[in-house]
Amino acid sequence: MAANPMTQFEVYRIGPEIKVGAFDISFTNASLFMVISSLAILLIFNLGSKKNSILPNKIQLLAELSYSFVSKMISDTAGSKAKPYFSFIFSLFMFVLFCNMFGMIPYTFTVTSHIIVTFVLAAFIFIGVTVIGFIKHGLGYLKLFVPSGVPIVLLPLIVVIEIISYLSRPISLSVRLFANMMAGHTMMKVFGGFVISLGIVGGWLPLSFSVALTGLEILVAFLQAYVFAILTCIYLNDALNLHH
Amino acid sequence: MIKKIFFQIVFFNFFFIKEVFSAESGGMPQLNPEFWISQIFWLTLTFGILYVVLSKLILPKISSNLELRKSQIQENIEAAEKQRESSETKLKEYDEIIQKSKLEAKNIFKEAREKALKDINSKKEILDKQIDEEISNAEKEIEALKKSAAEKINKIAIETSSDLVKKLIGAEVNSSSISAIVEDLSKKNGSKYYGS
Repeated sequence: MAANPMTQFEVYRIGPEIKVGAFDISFTNASLFMVISSLAILLIFNLGSKKNSILPNKIQLLAELSYSFVSKMISDTAGSKAKPYFSFIFSLFMFVLFCNMFGMIPYTFTVTSHIIVTFVLAAFIFIGVTVIGFIKHGLGYLKLFVPSGVPIVLLPLIVVIEIISYLSRPISLSVRLFANMMAGHTMMKVFGGFVISLGIVGGWLPLSFSVALTGLEILVAFLQAYVFAILTCIYLNDALNLHH
Repeated sequence: MIKKIFFQIVFFNFFFIKEVFSAESGGMPQLNPEFWISQIFWLTLTFGILYVVLSKLILPKISSNLELRKSQIQENIEAAEKQRESSETKLKEYDEIIQKSKLEAKNIFKEAREKALKDINSKKEILDKQIDEEISNAEKEIEALKKSAAEKINKIAIETSSDLVKKLIGAEVNSSSISAIVEDLSKKNGSKYYGS
């Protein structure tokens, strides 16, 4: 019985085992869906940018709407200084969105439901943002941990809290996405299992629940990609425009 | 009743399923580090390629497409605005011309009317004068004719009557007596001779 809701997250090797030194970098189902998501993004946006007609066709409209959506999101949260990082945030948003959405198709693998994937992305963002902050402001970037208008007595405590909150950014960012995806997919699997075990008599209730959950999960898939991207923008905003 | 059974089944299944799951599950596959390196590697590879292709090839194209469309639309709007303005000025000119020509036409009409009226009046006066003259001439002629006609008639009457008398009685009659009678007759004193 494949009712274990966690089996859908299992990574297995596709094809031969590839080893570089001590590291196993075999092509797995996770790798497969990363490749599929990337190719889908490249395909859609390549088709959407090929022709430039004044009246865009559907795929061009899709590409251009996504472009302006992300562009607006960045300029709203991080201002005009974040323009050089547009392509990165756009790729990030699209990658996470497509991985989430591909995970919604039955029998697929959700890349973003793995903590290691989201953590690598979040850690990269965290390191990148920190480096950008120090390059832009030098040691003045440390002022981020000292909010203005705080009584001197509270300052040591506040600084500690700020540092902890800053350091926990990659964890919160990665766990948010990973946990959302994992919980959603597990829940859908559990309700799917109920449909089987309750059969024709009682299976209708979990089935309807499952249908509703699918809608919810599609929303969550989009929302989490959006949240991931917008939090990146906010962190970038902290690094670019030191407000404290 | 059915509802109750249904919910009981749902409720008890929670326990069953939990047991089934706990029996089979070996924890979260996400925490199994077996394929972590592989995932990191493939993530870096795919995301890196995605980022490079998007940022170098595709996004600039979309951006330029959008810019181009924006500028083209802007241009079209400007051209349309210009054309609208020019058409408005043309319309104004046209209106002015029409107004002017209307005024001119009115003036010409007025002038023509006045001239015609003047002409008519002058011609009427001349005609009236002529008619008056002719009437007076005719009256004079009629008067003259009237006068001369009476005399002529008398003469003819005298002659004819003397001729008649001569033929009737074969003798000369004193012409003066005849003329006296004729004169009497011409003055409508016929009753003296014919009875009433």
